[in-house]
Amino acid sequence: MSEAPETPPQPGQPGVLERRRFPSLIWLVPLVAALIGISMLVHAWLAAGPEITIVFQAATGLEAGKTPVKYKDVTVGLVSGITLSDDGSHVVVAVSMDKSADHLVRADSRFWIVRPRIGLAGVSGIDTLFSGAYLGIDAGQSEASGRNFVGLETPPTIINGAPGKSFVLHAEDLGSLDIGSPIYYRRIQVGRLASYQLDQDGRGVSLQIFIDAPYDSFVTAQTRFWNASGVDVSLGANGLKLNTQSLSTLLAGGIAFATPALGAADKPNTTQTVYELAKDQQTAMAPPDGPSQYIELHFERSLPGLSIGAPVQFAGQELGRVVSINLDYDQIKQRFPSVVGIELYPQRLGRALDKLPKTKEGTDPALFMRRMVEHGLRAQARSANLLTGQLYISIDFVSKAPKVAFDITARPLILPTINGDFDQLQEQVANIVGKLDKIPLDSIGRHLDASLANLDRTLQQTNAQVLPEATRTLQQAQQTFGSAQGMLADDAPLQQNLNQSLQEVRRAAQSVRELTDLLGRHPESLLRGRPDDPKPTGAGTRAPANTQESAP
Amino acid sequence: MSLPPRAHQLHVLACHACGMVLEDALDSTGHGRCPRCTAVLHRRRPNSIARAWALLIAGLLFYIPANVLPVMFTSRLGSGSDNTILQGVIEFWHGGSYGVALVIFIASVVVPCSKFVILGLLLITVQRRSAWARRERARLYRLVELVGYWSMLDVLVVAIVAALVKFQSLSDIEPRSGILFFGMVVILTMLSAMQFDPRLIWDSEDT
Repeated sequence: MSEAPETPPQPGQPGVLERRRFPSLIWLVPLVAALIGISMLVHAWLAAGPEITIVFQAATGLEAGKTPVKYKDVTVGLVSGITLSDDGSHVVVAVSMDKSADHLVRADSRFWIVRPRIGLAGVSGIDTLFSGAYLGIDAGQSEASGRNFVGLETPPTIINGAPGKSFVLHAEDLGSLDIGSPIYYRRIQVGRLASYQLDQDGRGVSLQIFIDAPYDSFVTAQTRFWNASGVDVSLGANGLKLNTQSLSTLLAGGIAFATPALGAADKPNTTQTVYELAKDQQTAMAPPDGPSQYIELHFERSLPGLSIGAPVQFAGQELGRVVSINLDYDQIKQRFPSVVGIELYPQRLGRALDKLPKTKEGTDPALFMRRMVEHGLRAQARSANLLTGQLYISIDFVSKAPKVAFDITARPLILPTINGDFDQLQEQVANIVGKLDKIPLDSIGRHLDASLANLDRTLQQTNAQVLPEATRTLQQAQQTFGSAQGMLADDAPLQQNLNQSLQEVRRAAQSVRELTDLLGRHPESLLRGRPDDPKPTGAGTRAPANTQESAP
Repeated sequence: MSLPPRAHQLHVLACHACGMVLEDALDSTGHGRCPRCTAVLHRRRPNSIARAWALLIAGLLFYIPANVLPVMFTSRLGSGSDNTILQGVIEFWHGGSYGVALVIFIASVVVPCSKFVILGLLLITVQRRSAWARRERARLYRLVELVGYWSMLDVLVVAIVAALVKFQSLSDIEPRSGILFFGMVVILTMLSAMQFDPRLIWDSEDT
């Protein structure tokens, strides 16, 4: 600073600096910026997965730019836009999937909106209460990839790739089943109803069910499925029956299955995937019936209590069931007989069927039945349950049955009938009631009343007279025992006297012993008296003897 | 228009650091050192226009990802979302916070854009040695330098909010990569403005 004021007009000489020639160095900065930008662009372009559209009925809870698509709870995409379809009937959701999710988007992939749901089968999607709805995706199996999808309105029951197996059940109707209905095996839930659809011809319903591994191995070729929905209350010939699977089934319906313990061919099913869904367990577990034989029965009397479906028994076996009950008009007798149609399943005879002769008579039903009728085969309506009055049809051999002509040409076959035991029972019951009526219950009652009054009087007498006497007797007896006790006491005079007497007796016995000793030594003393004593008197010796005798 | 003589007309030159006036004895390359403070001497900032252009272009390039990428991740009760700058502005505007929306919009859109425009304008006019509105252009340059201090507002907001709002799953805010690019934009435009030599505006007088 000191030089500056001294030479104000003379600027100093600056040192010359070699100039570095890198004028373009600064251009590295925009170059790097451009490189970063390009690399990000490339990265974004590479990471971008397929753009897909999904059609939903409504876009409840979806938000463009925010709602994620999740597969196994991993975000694999984002809803990029939500638009209405051209006709406004549904919603088109555009989704940009991640590159990694490319393989998930197959032609048969399924999408649905995950939101909180509360149903009979349980609660799902609770986490979306706070986080908002998201799209669920189920990866498809197809080779071809898809771009346009129709979203499911409800979450799919079965996720592709879940361990287990699908089966198809045929049912007459859906019952109380629904998608997601549980499937039970030994009352353990092992699967769900995945979907159902009406058959093409509208005659039944096909249910697709899914059994989780490892339970799917319990489904064998012999397995039977039945509808375990709700409460099954049936009032049949066997009485009141109430059957249910579990409380959840009670409310939401369900299917159960089991394999009859036949033993044969119990290998896990690999080929058969179509089964029949029976109405209930009993039907399901019944052995296959084979072809049925329709037979008509003509009953003279009306048959109240016989219902369609009532069992037909032969030799204790349930061989068929009643399928129709009609009235007929008999012109000759001017009566209205009941015509009961039954279906018999000869297969149910089982082993007996094999032993029947293979001749024409054994195989033709009409000929075979004629022979049986000749031997007394008759049908009769029997009472199965006295309380409910239900009837069933019993086919049996009746030895005393009147001969009946059997028409082998009649179609359907008509099996002759006899009056059932119910009629006989009615007669007997009437008989019994008549006899009961004759019993003079009135006079019996009166007699009984009089007898009871008599008894009452006798008892009163006893109370008034006999009891005081007895009390007195007892008191006297007590006194007697008291005095006896006093006599027997240690210090009682009787005891004392007895003691003294006994002592006296002892002394007497001692004297007698001395006397006998003396007599033994000196027998003469009896005559002469004691040798050294002055002469004893005979009375002296006798006196003790006398006392001895008298003492006892 | 009679203007006072220029330094090179008097063959003198001033040191930028200590203000010492020296005799202009630099060779054609125009490089030397101040004998007092040893700072590098130059008549004008060397390579000023090229450097300013380079930094401005770099800033402009970074401004694209700064706007496209999310700057902030906000999650409230488990529902999280990424927000870009403009989304945030729109969200605040729809939410009724017009003041906040306006501040963010000015700080993150108006200011950087105006800086790009002004700097570009200055550089082009200087390169064309235009004599148009020199004083106004000089005022614009001062405005750019002044505004530059406040351009970091957005970055600071994100930094503070991300540090403050940490309530686990209830509410959470995290910075995202976009804010990094925005910070780069601010820094690069400031550097560009620093590199620009406003004296160049007046150099066109000679011709």
